[in-house]
Amino acid sequence: MDKKFNVTSAPHDRGRMDTQKIMLCVLISLLPATFFGIYNFGYKAAIIIVVTVATCVISEFLFNLIVKKDQTIKDLSAVVTGLLLALNLPHTLPWWMAVIGGVFAIVVVKMLFGGLGQNFMNPALGARCFLLISFTSYMTSFSYDGITEATPLALLKNGESVDPLKMLLGTEAGTIGETSVVFLLIGAIFLILMGIIDIRIPGAYLITFALFIMIFGGHGFDMTYLIEHLCGGGLVLGAFFMATDYVTSPITPLGKVIFGIILGLLTGIFRLFGSNAEGVSYAIIIGNLLVPLIEKITIPRAFGITKVKEVKEDE
Amino acid sequence: MGISTFKGGVHPYDGKELSKAKPTRKLLPKGELVYPLSQHIGAPATPVVGVGDYVLRGQKIADAGGFVSSPIFSSVSGTVKAIEPRRVAVGDMVNSIIIENDGAYTETGFNACDDIASLSNEEIVTKIKDAGVVGMGGAGFPTHVKLSPKNPDDIDHIIANCAECEPYLTADYRRMIENPEKLVGGMRIVLQMFPEALGVFGIEDNKKDCIDKINELIKDEKRMVVVPLRTKYPQGGERQLIYACTKRAINAKMLPADAGCIVDNVETLCAIYNAVALGIPVMNRIFTVTGGAVCEPRNYEMYMGTSFEEFLEESGGFIKNCEKMIAGGPMMGFALQDAKIPTTKTTSALVCLDNDEASKYKTTACINCGRCVEACPEQLVPSKLAKFAETGRKEEFKKWYGLECVECGSCTFMCPARRHLAQGIKTMKKQIMAEMRAKK
Repeated sequence: MDKKFNVTSAPHDRGRMDTQKIMLCVLISLLPATFFGIYNFGYKAAIIIVVTVATCVISEFLFNLIVKKDQTIKDLSAVVTGLLLALNLPHTLPWWMAVIGGVFAIVVVKMLFGGLGQNFMNPALGARCFLLISFTSYMTSFSYDGITEATPLALLKNGESVDPLKMLLGTEAGTIGETSVVFLLIGAIFLILMGIIDIRIPGAYLITFALFIMIFGGHGFDMTYLIEHLCGGGLVLGAFFMATDYVTSPITPLGKVIFGIILGLLTGIFRLFGSNAEGVSYAIIIGNLLVPLIEKITIPRAFGITKVKEVKEDE
Repeated sequence: MGISTFKGGVHPYDGKELSKAKPTRKLLPKGELVYPLSQHIGAPATPVVGVGDYVLRGQKIADAGGFVSSPIFSSVSGTVKAIEPRRVAVGDMVNSIIIENDGAYTETGFNACDDIASLSNEEIVTKIKDAGVVGMGGAGFPTHVKLSPKNPDDIDHIIANCAECEPYLTADYRRMIENPEKLVGGMRIVLQMFPEALGVFGIEDNKKDCIDKINELIKDEKRMVVVPLRTKYPQGGERQLIYACTKRAINAKMLPADAGCIVDNVETLCAIYNAVALGIPVMNRIFTVTGGAVCEPRNYEMYMGTSFEEFLEESGGFIKNCEKMIAGGPMMGFALQDAKIPTTKTTSALVCLDNDEASKYKTTACINCGRCVEACPEQLVPSKLAKFAETGRKEEFKKWYGLECVECGSCTFMCPARRHLAQGIKTMKKQIMAEMRAKK
């Protein structure tokens, strides 16, 4: 009995969930949309997905190697970034542009700011916007079944008619992963049931956006128009999978709601009044920048604290 | 009736089935007994015996060192061997009285009280104080101080903390199964002191048999109720328990009495009964030896001062490699470097784990996931607080209500990045509190 036991501060037990498992859940949740994207757009989509994911993982690996930091690729966050970026790209994009996007996402947006947990902007969206600005024509030309076609949202903006059923299923032009609302929602429900994401951000986002469209969209309470807007573009993908990125969204419960509302407003403004049909990516990365401020003004009041004034007097 | 609870909390593996069904058995101490003079919150007790003195079981060996303090009694008869510093469960060296057990257990004789109803409040408090009763759930706050609130008329709830939310612990459970009448008796005495108050037994719903047993016992009592609580850690935390039972929320600057409540744990209420009705001071309690590494997990009737080691030996030692030894439960207990530690009024268990979860994982970056926020029973943002603690940003730590932390460890338990959140927050809190005391 002379063995000395390890002494640590309480608690001495730990939960089962870790970062890697969370990332794995996110990956699983994206699989329905991913497979549908490949089915929908063919082998080219598969190539873009593989190239982007591989680029992200390799970039992180090499970055850590060069700056002599502990290897972090095992946490799977680079895989998530890669997959999310790929789902945000058109399948017709030249593969080397996807590589540039992957490197930008991981090296510039994530690793240079300190790696996982330190990036101020969603890496996948940062890279998507970078590609949009750099290679606008490649990023905005979509085709379906080999025929160049405008996205439903672009059609909608020009006042043309779209088929809401197609938008729900996703058999239309768009980026690899954004088109199928049904398959995205399957993944989103999985994430909510697993306790990975919280309904506050996507809930506030979608409700605010819907209200904005009803008020300023010029179609009043036209449900079809509203559904087309909700299903169009990257809104569902953005609201459930990108806006809920832990690192770049507020941690305070009230902050999450405010963040969602801001995203809803920004998306509405960009879509209705901007020159682009799309608005989700820009809305989210601008929202990301506001996160520290949102957290600062939404410090949750601790349990049992009723009057804020009283606390100040005591200090 | 609905199941009451609080917001937040976690569900650690509870491990209670290991020792739950084992009836308590007496373990008579073999070797020397060690009585640390600080086994309560407040001033250390002052020895009233000298080296070489012969003492009886039940004899006072140290007197209270002030109002917020508590006397200590010998649990055996024997000779005082030394008065010297010994290591205690929290890791400090504490001046202790060491008694060589003569194995006779000759008692001083105790004066039972036949007519409790005629006792005045002062008499009851004196009896409790003179019997060395302190909060035996772990905190060790002297019970007579708790029972002397500033405005006694405002007290409308006496809450028996029967939650026992810490994993592995079964001491309170066994007490409720084996001596529920003592628990109810203790409650009756406290209710006599506060004629306006309602006696509430807050019991987690994983102890259905206890709920039934207490309900049966109090069916004719007009002033007592059982409140079933959701099984969730830290349901037995004082602020969480008060909220679950009364829907009143108190913060760190308030006392339970500010919400009209007095909270006492199962073992404490039994000690009150022993002290007032039987005249027996605090010398024994239930002590659980359990955990995956222990050969024979068991509950013991413990003689205070007995070494942890003797209990471990009696339980057959280790069945597998023990990685971690804890005095108390795995969520808030203290890790021990060895078992050569005396049991005291507040030690309820020795938990031996075959898996050192706390050291097993590498800490990775915070991903801001908010699991700590959801788990925090105080609705804090532990990840932020831990960052402020790490970088020494005291003002921000206070602004984000860091001082409200109850140190339950739920945040650390939940953290997927395996960060030591509670540990950092605790340290910072201690620092700030020390500074605040120094300023005064």
